[in-house]
Amino acid sequence: MTDLGSFLSANPWAVALLKIAVVIGCMLGVIAYTVLAERRICAFIQDRLGPNRVGPFGLFQPIADGMKFLFKENVLPAHVNKLYYILAPTIAMIPALLAFAVIPFGSRLHGEPMVIADLNVGVLWVFSIASLGVYGIVLAGWASNSKYPFLGGIRSSAQMISYEIAMGMSVIGVFMLVGSLNLTRVVEYQSGLWLFFKQPLGFLIFMVAAFAETNRLPFDLPESEQELVSGYHTEYGSMKFALFFLAEYANLITASALMVTLFFGGWQAPFFDLSRLSPCVAGVLHIICFAFKMLIFMLLFIWTRWMLPRFRYDQLMDLGWKVFVPLALLNILITGLVIAFQT
Amino acid sequence: MENALFYFFSGAMLFFGLMTITSRNPVNSAMFLVLVFFFMAGLFVLLHAFFLAAVQVLVYAGAIMVLFLFVIMLLNAADEEKRRRHWLGVIASAVVVGLLVFEFGFVLWSGNLDTVLPSLDAVGQTEAVGRLLFSSYLLPFEIVSVLLLAAMIGVIILGGKEKKA
Repeated sequence: MTDLGSFLSANPWAVALLKIAVVIGCMLGVIAYTVLAERRICAFIQDRLGPNRVGPFGLFQPIADGMKFLFKENVLPAHVNKLYYILAPTIAMIPALLAFAVIPFGSRLHGEPMVIADLNVGVLWVFSIASLGVYGIVLAGWASNSKYPFLGGIRSSAQMISYEIAMGMSVIGVFMLVGSLNLTRVVEYQSGLWLFFKQPLGFLIFMVAAFAETNRLPFDLPESEQELVSGYHTEYGSMKFALFFLAEYANLITASALMVTLFFGGWQAPFFDLSRLSPCVAGVLHIICFAFKMLIFMLLFIWTRWMLPRFRYDQLMDLGWKVFVPLALLNILITGLVIAFQT
Repeated sequence: MENALFYFFSGAMLFFGLMTITSRNPVNSAMFLVLVFFFMAGLFVLLHAFFLAAVQVLVYAGAIMVLFLFVIMLLNAADEEKRRRHWLGVIASAVVVGLLVFEFGFVLWSGNLDTVLPSLDAVGQTEAVGRLLFSSYLLPFEIVSVLLLAAMIGVIILGGKEKKA
């Protein structure tokens, strides 16, 4: 143990690699079980049981699903643009995993900050990486060379660009208060009062925009089974389809983590100042606290999906441009006025 | 290390820039241009300008190029088959290239490189950009915003539904 400790303290790159491996490993595991949770919760809401055959309570279902996806025949339709057809699922998956790199998921363990890259432009990194996710969907729609995927791809690019603006502007209030784009700084700022209580409007806009950006109901227009079969991934099968699926859930996880970090105190526990405990215990508890808050938001995403009907396309656009963009501007104005009067 | 990365990023930028203007398929061109923006962001990171790098990816690769791709797909632009060259286009591009070469040459040979490079501290990047925008570069900044406003109003008027008289 001491050998490992001294090796890690001597080699910062090894620490970074270890953190990356743990985070990606955890994320993939959580994704697999979020899919299961979604299927079970959906079933309960619709008065069914859901997948409960594999293992106790269906807990091994993700393993069975994974095996199935991996061993399925890899069909390459004849009418597709091969290069982009194969690239698209990868392009969708990579940003989904990368965006998590700057999110602080805990305080410190052995003096090591629990964030992969503590960038001073933190949230801009998340936004710029997340904005690349749309390429996967657009290219999939285009390369499939067929009507429904194409319509799905077009819809998705319009939707994601529209809501990106509202999303970006909704967090400006947060950064006006904190005075830094660094997410670790944002979490430290919330040690007293969570930012949700100072920026309720900002949070509301951010949350709705997050639903739209992750293509989740009530904004899953790019997929919308009833009109577009299943939208941009209609022509995909086996592992390539699974990658789109994983990317969607990875985006969901990142969006939840971002909401926790920006508005709900990040890894800090409410009411108790855990840092009075011994550093090791506090470090572990902080990570658990972060995971727990994230879980609540992920459940919210899943719950909403099975509760609300889908928006119509023009309603979606009206809501984005005519309601949320002006509201976000109003939020910035009010925040600015409050800061100006306080100083 | 930094030098090697610099040459790698610049070389890749030049290569993909060439690919952008030589490929026949407009979607390929657009994707190569995205790669060019990426490597440009890499160059910004080498200069410790993280804010610029993030904004480069966010605005150019993440928003503007998606719109380009959107338009290309909506128009369903096929491969460019015939290559018609208009003499006016050739002259105009030659003039622009000539001016650019002249400018770069002038800056390089005048030897003022050290004073041109601003001193960048790795911490307050975003703050530094903001301060400069609202102090030394306030007038150009405001002019650009007025230009953008005018463009926006123009687009709304052009794109709006025509009212029946």
